[in-house]
Amino acid sequence: MSTGHAHKLYRHGRSPVHLLPPHCKIAAALCFVLVVVSTPREAVWAFGLYALLLAAVAAAARVPAGFVLRRMVIEVPFVAFALLMPFLVPGERTEWLGISLSVPGLWGAWNILAKGTLGVATSVLLASTTELRSLLLGLQRLRLPPLMVQIASFMVRYGDVIADEMRRMSIARRSRGFEARSVRHWGVLAKSAGALFIRSYERGERVHLAMVSRGYTGTMPVIDEVAASRRQWAYAAVLPFSALAVRLLGWSP
Amino acid sequence: MHVPDGFIDLPVSAAAGVAAAAAVAVSLRGARRELGGTTHAGSSGSNGNYGGYGGEQTAPLAGLVAAFIFAVQMLNFPVAAGTSGHLLGGALAAILVGPYTGVLCISVVLLLQGVLFADGGLTALGVNILVMGVVTTVVAYTLFRVLVRVLPRKRRSVTVATFLAALVSVPASAIAFTLLYAIGGTTDVPVGTVLGAMTGVHVLIGVGEAVITALTVGTVLAVRPDLVHGARGLSAPLKLKVDGELVDASPDAVPASAASPRPVLLAGLVISLVLAGFVSSYASADPDGLERVAADKGIDTAVADHASADSPLADYGISGLDDARVSGGLAGVIGVGATLAAGTGVFLVVRRRRLDTDKAGEAGEESVRA
Amino acid sequence: MTSHPPAAAVPPSLDVRGLAYAYPDGHQALFGVDLTVGRGERVALLGPNGAGKTTLVLHLNGILGGGAGSVAVAGLPVGRQHMAEVRRRVGIVFQDPDDQLFMPTVREDVAFGPAAAGLRGEDLERRVRTALDRVGMTEYRDRPPHHLSFGQRRRVAVATVLAMEPEILVLDEPSSNLDPASRRELAGILRSLDVTVLMVTHDLPYALELCPRSVILSEGVIAADGRTQDLLADPELMRAHRLELPFGFDPRAVTTGA
Repeated sequence: MSTGHAHKLYRHGRSPVHLLPPHCKIAAALCFVLVVVSTPREAVWAFGLYALLLAAVAAAARVPAGFVLRRMVIEVPFVAFALLMPFLVPGERTEWLGISLSVPGLWGAWNILAKGTLGVATSVLLASTTELRSLLLGLQRLRLPPLMVQIASFMVRYGDVIADEMRRMSIARRSRGFEARSVRHWGVLAKSAGALFIRSYERGERVHLAMVSRGYTGTMPVIDEVAASRRQWAYAAVLPFSALAVRLLGWSP
Repeated sequence: MHVPDGFIDLPVSAAAGVAAAAAVAVSLRGARRELGGTTHAGSSGSNGNYGGYGGEQTAPLAGLVAAFIFAVQMLNFPVAAGTSGHLLGGALAAILVGPYTGVLCISVVLLLQGVLFADGGLTALGVNILVMGVVTTVVAYTLFRVLVRVLPRKRRSVTVATFLAALVSVPASAIAFTLLYAIGGTTDVPVGTVLGAMTGVHVLIGVGEAVITALTVGTVLAVRPDLVHGARGLSAPLKLKVDGELVDASPDAVPASAASPRPVLLAGLVISLVLAGFVSSYASADPDGLERVAADKGIDTAVADHASADSPLADYGISGLDDARVSGGLAGVIGVGATLAAGTGVFLVVRRRRLDTDKAGEAGEESVRA
Repeated sequence: MTSHPPAAAVPPSLDVRGLAYAYPDGHQALFGVDLTVGRGERVALLGPNGAGKTTLVLHLNGILGGGAGSVAVAGLPVGRQHMAEVRRRVGIVFQDPDDQLFMPTVREDVAFGPAAAGLRGEDLERRVRTALDRVGMTEYRDRPPHHLSFGQRRRVAVATVLAMEPEILVLDEPSSNLDPASRRELAGILRSLDVTVLMVTHDLPYALELCPRSVILSEGVIAADGRTQDLLADPELMRAHRLELPFGFDPRAVTTGA
């Protein structure tokens, strides 16, 4: 990706976390989130420990906290939803600073915030330590259907093309004094979308022609193999297994 | 609308994941037919490494559409009072490249959004694919096909059908979300409230989606009608002129007509009816009692038998199909009809506007000038 | 059809007969094209915008097809049965190198074609090294293509095609957007190559410099075929097909080494 958005998420480095094979990292992240989501919300301290585990991973990857936090704003809409819950949910009420809040609502809000935040943080860590291309290779190794992997890689390739076209068109729109402010501007946006589709389609067609001309038949040729040793798998497994340990401890009390 | 981790409980997320995987598997097969339509039966090259050529077109085009949906999802449009919505893109994808490919495109977009941008949880991926990919695509495409068949065979009809299909697909998606929430939501907000809020907001977003989708498809239709999957079969067969004589182009140069839409039509019908009936039964019910039970049980199952995803689902299925709610279900079906009627009204108004302003080709010039 | 006797023993690199084609939107671009290019020849394909040049090029490796007529590459008919071999033999360098370069590094991009043909390991590396050597881009092998200059990107694009060891190299507007120095360097590279070349271009001096023979494609048919110098020196012919020499350029005053 030359100008694409994904560049902003990846943080270049050569830490042990960066060097892990991508499929190990994806599997570890997924298992970790599974453990987190399955944890009962009453086990408040367990979520604290999960957060500490993630902080340890971030430290090992030498990804600064600010970097992770800034990329977590994606969560904001659901935080807003969570903050409304103590007011909306019926049930037992409690007083806090003179405001009447619902107890199940508070629990619900906590549940969403804790699990959602940990999930987002995990994804952000994964994306910031893994290059886009190796992520795709990793997904391929994890037996995602090859067609899906290819769609994804083309999406990434064309993402650039489309982002470029979009920027050019937006410059052209704005240089004629257009700003989308109200419903009346839907038409302009839609026409932009239509034109964008045709432009990027034609561009995409040319890229595709170039690929087909060089012998592409529907599968990407293998140029470099990615393989994971048992040690790398073990290393990656540390995160989900520590989380599982915490989870099992949190179950009994 | 991207659902984060922990919002829907694990058994339901897992079940949604299985359902999404099945939908993707079906789409993988269907997409080869849709996009490989203009290419040929498998033939192996002189070098043993080559498989058939039928699939060579599939991935790049689907990838392009995925990238396009991704980009368009960033195109926020103002809805009302300072809020803005973004396209879901299911209807757009289904009509531009066909329903199977559409499902694949949206799934890939959601997968990458989840993995790369933390937009939508990893464990909620199945839920997201089901709600935003499968439901929107299938509902939109079903409606679209039905309308195209009913309306006169003209280009404008395609735009009309697109508008209505997109309009309905968004609230359908909101309803599907509410349905999953009702079964496996981890929070205690009453289902009725969620349904009200979700559908209310999404009907508005749906209007935006419909306008943008219809105009987008209309623009593409005016400039490159061959790119619109839903409009295939509306063009005349090709003729070639060689040395002053007209010759038929060989048959494989003419785009093959779309694969049989029957499975998609059936699935769409089933989904629409289930949504309408099932969800309405919740909406009309006393939200308190039922919802509390569901929520409590949700926590129980998440703690105790998260290994066996099937049994709790079965429980909820039964508790959801309470006899007393059949009337509510009927109301839902009527509601869908009412939505359609409202959509038609909106369309008629929009069409009157567009008749003066939107001449075919103008859009094409726009794309050149911009 | 103008007569250019193909070599008796070896089949011509390219043999196009009666090719006609219309796009799915009904627009017909080719109306019966006949063209033969012998092995080792360097031929310029000239013609105004919209003459069907790109359409013709896309037929050479079977990307377009299904109209009337036939194309054969080194005796092999372009069709379903031999598609992979045909695409290996016909190397097309597209006009915009950004369309052609889609892999993250120069090395992977050059390796794409041979890897798709089944080459692996040391053989693949050797192929990549040779191709990059021939265009003088070896030192950039691990750079992302989009960080190179336009001229360098075009040279890498040529290398991606050379790596497939093609029978015929087809270049679409090779000199467009190049500064004079890059233009000259590319000419040097092209002259040093030992392959058949078909060059689509509007750059008439470049055609004269590199290609002894030219054909003019106009309104979907071959309108003229002959020595480049003769064609460019025929003002009637040039005007009839919207071809114009740069101001002050006299093709008769140029002595070509080719």
